[in-house]
Amino acid sequence: MTVDLGLSQDEQAVRDLFRTFLTKECPPSVARDAEGARGFDRELWDKLTLMGATGMAVDGATLGELVVACEEVGRAIAPVPLVEHLVASRVHPVPEMCDGSTMATVSLRPSVNGIWALVPAGVEADIVVGVDGDELVAVRNMPPFEGPRNHASAPLADRSTSGHRIVLGPAAGFGKVLAEWQILTAAALVGIASAALDLGVDYAKARQQFGVPIGSFQAVQHGLADLPGLIDGARLLTHKAAWADVRTAIDVDDSSVEDQIALASMAFVFASDVASHATDRSLHYHGGYGFAREYDIQLYYRRARGWALILGDPAAECRRLADRLFGGQ
Amino acid sequence: MDFSLSPQAEALRQEVRRIIAATVTPEMRAECHRTGTFDMPVVVRALADAGIIERAVPGLGRTDDPIELWVLFNEMEKAGVPFDSMSVALMIAGVIAHVGTDEQKERILPSILEGRSRVCMGYSEPDSGSDVAAAKTRAVRHKDQWVINGAKMWTTMAHVADWLILLTRTDPDVPKHKGLTMFILPMDTPGITVEPVYTMGTERTNATFYDDVRVGDEAVLGEVNGGWRTMTVALSFERGVMGGTAPGVALLRHFRHWAEKSGAIRDPFVRERMARVAIDNEVAKLLTQRSAWIAASGGQPGLEGSMTKVFASEAYQKASRWFLEAAAPHSLLQFDEPAAAADGWIEYDARHAPVTTIYGGTSEINRNNIAERHLGLPKAR
Repeated sequence: MTVDLGLSQDEQAVRDLFRTFLTKECPPSVARDAEGARGFDRELWDKLTLMGATGMAVDGATLGELVVACEEVGRAIAPVPLVEHLVASRVHPVPEMCDGSTMATVSLRPSVNGIWALVPAGVEADIVVGVDGDELVAVRNMPPFEGPRNHASAPLADRSTSGHRIVLGPAAGFGKVLAEWQILTAAALVGIASAALDLGVDYAKARQQFGVPIGSFQAVQHGLADLPGLIDGARLLTHKAAWADVRTAIDVDDSSVEDQIALASMAFVFASDVASHATDRSLHYHGGYGFAREYDIQLYYRRARGWALILGDPAAECRRLADRLFGGQ
Repeated sequence: MDFSLSPQAEALRQEVRRIIAATVTPEMRAECHRTGTFDMPVVVRALADAGIIERAVPGLGRTDDPIELWVLFNEMEKAGVPFDSMSVALMIAGVIAHVGTDEQKERILPSILEGRSRVCMGYSEPDSGSDVAAAKTRAVRHKDQWVINGAKMWTTMAHVADWLILLTRTDPDVPKHKGLTMFILPMDTPGITVEPVYTMGTERTNATFYDDVRVGDEAVLGEVNGGWRTMTVALSFERGVMGGTAPGVALLRHFRHWAEKSGAIRDPFVRERMARVAIDNEVAKLLTQRSAWIAASGGQPGLEGSMTKVFASEAYQKASRWFLEAAAPHSLLQFDEPAAAADGWIEYDARHAPVTTIYGGTSEINRNNIAERHLGLPKAR
């Protein structure tokens, strides 16, 4: 037991597996082709199932390993709801989640009048895990296969709470579910930020103006140089949240926070900021081309915002975090 | 990843806390702010007596876990105990351990490790700060002696230090990085004059002047004309691990006390900002631990240290500004004023924060490093 900030051997294996697979199977054109009301690529999902990705949580992968996998999904802006499926299958593990026949997701908000609003992966998922009244439940019903067109082309849809219903426990159990969604989403956002930085650096090296690469201009260099530290910080914080347990002992005066709920919220807020910032800088240094639909950076830019803001206003999340850190009002 | 401290590091943390609690008095704090000399020799000696200083010097081989170095500085910084002087002493001890002669190790190291002597650094000059390798202070060989003439700026602690580490030009006819030599000499060597420079952040620093200062070869630290290498060793210790990355912890604590007393803690906007500062504090801590961990794994965390320093200092400045605004107008009142928010700490931090993106490598120099050496962008200069 000592500080070790490197990936474990198993985590490295997961990273290599996902990176190799997604580099081959999911270039940015896959995300581009899935833009629209569905926001999902069934073929990619089936291939991920064959690879064992959709069954990882049921098969007992650690949260740290899932973090590594989801960072790669973000790096590839893969149009598949692996984050939500893994989170749902950790709280409600059923064997058919492994073989591709059942996709699960989580509703981030409690139901209102029998409807869960804007559920991530709601377009496709067979099972929705969420809070209904004072219970945490898993409901199986028919997905709509399309949803409202949105900023990130994410497969969002409203879902009914009626259908085949299993009670998983009291509503309080949702705190852990939300924390895990925040952790894996933070990982995906770290992946987006990291890919956006790579795109920006490559472009700054290749694009010439005034007879030299624009990456030789200090104004451009400094805007990009801010990003690696932010991305590394977001990745470390995400892994720390995955490592932590749900504990109540927080001593913020001493900067000692080991509670998973608080760390998950921190990682989510910080990674959201970083992904937003990194895609903003990278798009900007692409000049006019960054704004052109033909270039890939705009795909990352919109997902950096859409994947994070589906939870709501980050300021509200910060106030929720403040309650955890400093006590309620 | 594993974020738990080893039992040894945890024990060290408890020991450092115990020593701070047993030695630091409110009067010592007040004395620092009265004189501008931010140093608590009593604490340093107590740490030395417990063997902690010796254990923490990088490269002495007393511990293979730089996380311990992080623990030491992190505890001091969180407790508001001045650590800059000790950080310089440990860094220079590390440099001596790396490039010093056996004679220098015997002559100079013990008093540093025992917490008895203090060290100051003569790098910057009136005309060279970020471009530190452009130093003009000359050291000229005269028979068996070196004669040093020139001027240095920001030689903090020079007025109380026992040793001076001095960057000089020994060969003006070669490219600037190749004609430098580092010296280490006693501060009472004839020919050294110290003049105070007072700063907005209360801290007193100095300008130092060197008129025919004569030393022998025993004062050369590293190789003649190899001063840049000595400098590189020193810088790799400085950035990222040796304190300076956790000022936001005490700031948040001070602000929270004020917010609870004043009722501002119920303001949703204030709560949001407090949460954001807590996040930045956690990130700064993790980035600092990462530098320590890289060093523990045999690497040189120079670039990671640059990233950490840029992030932590800029986050601190942002927090300082937010809290100065949120607690205004009482945040404007200074120490000892009864109506001062957080006893004057917020006002003090607002005066101190600006220097943190300047000293120890400006944000711009660190960004140059990251852009060129980490991102592989073409050289801008």
